[in-house]
Amino acid sequence: MDWYPLYNSLRIAAISCFLVFFTGIFAAYYVARLPRWIKGVLDVVLTLPMVLPPTVVGYFILLLFGVKRPLGMFLSQFGIKFVMTWYGGILAASVVAFPLMYRTARGAFENFDDTLAYAGQTLGLSNTYIFWRIRMPYCRQGILAGAVLAFARALGEYGATSMLIGYTPGRTATISTTVYQLWRTNDEGGAFFWVMVNLAISAVVLLTVNMLERRQKGGRAHASRG
Amino acid sequence: MRLAVDITKRLGSFCLHVAFACEDGVLGILGASGCGKSMTLKCIAGIERPDSGHIELDGVTLFDSEKRINLPPQKRHVGYLFQNYALFPNMTVRQNILCGLRAEKRSRAQSEQALHEVMELLGLTGLERRLPSQLSGGQQQRAALARILISQPKLLMLDEPFSALDTHLREKLQIEMKHLLRSYQGATLMVTHSRDEAYRLCDRIALMKTGRILTLQPTKRLFANPGTIAAAAVTGCKNIAKAVKAGEYEVDVPEWGVRLRTAAPVLDGLCAVGIRAHYFNLRCMQNRCQVELGEIMEEPFELTVPFRYENQKSDSSELWWRLSKDCKPAAAKLELGVAPENVLLLYDEAEDRQ
Repeated sequence: MDWYPLYNSLRIAAISCFLVFFTGIFAAYYVARLPRWIKGVLDVVLTLPMVLPPTVVGYFILLLFGVKRPLGMFLSQFGIKFVMTWYGGILAASVVAFPLMYRTARGAFENFDDTLAYAGQTLGLSNTYIFWRIRMPYCRQGILAGAVLAFARALGEYGATSMLIGYTPGRTATISTTVYQLWRTNDEGGAFFWVMVNLAISAVVLLTVNMLERRQKGGRAHASRG
Repeated sequence: MRLAVDITKRLGSFCLHVAFACEDGVLGILGASGCGKSMTLKCIAGIERPDSGHIELDGVTLFDSEKRINLPPQKRHVGYLFQNYALFPNMTVRQNILCGLRAEKRSRAQSEQALHEVMELLGLTGLERRLPSQLSGGQQQRAALARILISQPKLLMLDEPFSALDTHLREKLQIEMKHLLRSYQGATLMVTHSRDEAYRLCDRIALMKTGRILTLQPTKRLFANPGTIAAAAVTGCKNIAKAVKAGEYEVDVPEWGVRLRTAAPVLDGLCAVGIRAHYFNLRCMQNRCQVELGEIMEEPFELTVPFRYENQKSDSSELWWRLSKDCKPAAAKLELGVAPENVLLLYDEAEDRQ
């Protein structure tokens, strides 16, 4: 039994989720502070990967990072090649999963009560402390939910991934590309197996999201009693 | 501690322009909502940046647009009690209060000592491990105050401190606050839209209207002699009408159709008179006129009686008379007097020099 697709999918999803977690929070935090029109434009640009077909996203990524494109050629001088490599999958999954993290984090930050930050400042707390110890805990559940969703999306990424890194068994194969490949080659049993693996992971992820959301609601009700 | 403020800030069509100075004691900023009270506090705290001007506290320049000084809130040493108290919901009372302890200078034992003292002072002992959501409104306010006091601010700013509380709690906490403020060494600014609150707690009051300070006076003097129409209205004077000088101690009030004697000499430039609703009196023999009462409004302990003077112009609005319930007027037509010292002389706002 070749477990490589599971291993590859999990590492791509985990690393993308990690990257998207920080960039998404960072973007959400700073975009909210920008002047209205820049905010509007950036918001559209940053959310586009969520609504575009993943193949279109993959096309854009290839436009930038393709082997014969300037950026791709520049990076290949350092031995970095996103096309047909397993870590190219990280790029594809990150771009597609980013909007989920970004939008959920932004929603969470918008609910934040700014007077808490002001109070911290007048008490002499540093802005870094306020961000990590007051703002983030306050928005914790929303941000965690965003991270879980981003992980799930990265795990299930197919379109952009197959455009960018294709399917090479033992090298770039992920669960989703394997399912397609096995089905195409009439290995119905194999495809079914990987479908079940994917189903199991997705179910766990969704259960986690629901649990987080329920706890968040419980927390809110508790807080408003005071 | 001396605070001197002279700032301008534009927000759309609204322009905040305030200039005042205060020393130790409680200065109230009284005004209707949206007049720029809270914005003034935020500018002093460094949360908002004024467009131009100068803020100085205890000899330290906090903000100066010309010298390009704008200290961050962290370095201003200003305590700010927010309307909703802004306790950090994820921290216990103890952790919240320790946030106020500026880290730089203390050992663990000193921190514990400071924490213990402030908890005791505010009656929070025993609540250390509670979360803010598990506290009552009054306890939340005290915890927020403890967190501010432990940071030893040079200036204490209270933004509508009682607006989040139920009425019955409010008066109790106002008394507690009065004791606390008396023990606090330093200047206090308190923003409020309630004249009762301002009267109870403040040594001096600055009246604010549409972004400007109209007048700044000791509390009792302001209420006894508001001086301008706006000040009279904000301090709760219900009956105000245009008036003209009729003699050295006499004014004509054409709208009400009366001539009133005054205790203070009438100066040129008089524009109106005001009479507080409480100051009409059945037994007072001065400024006594025939009046016709309207429909009496009953409140728990007082009556509000609208009335018109006998010769009052028909297009002018009714006057208000407030009196204790036990002396309910018997007839619909009777004679009401008002003592000359209770006729407030009101001048143009531009004439106000304080």
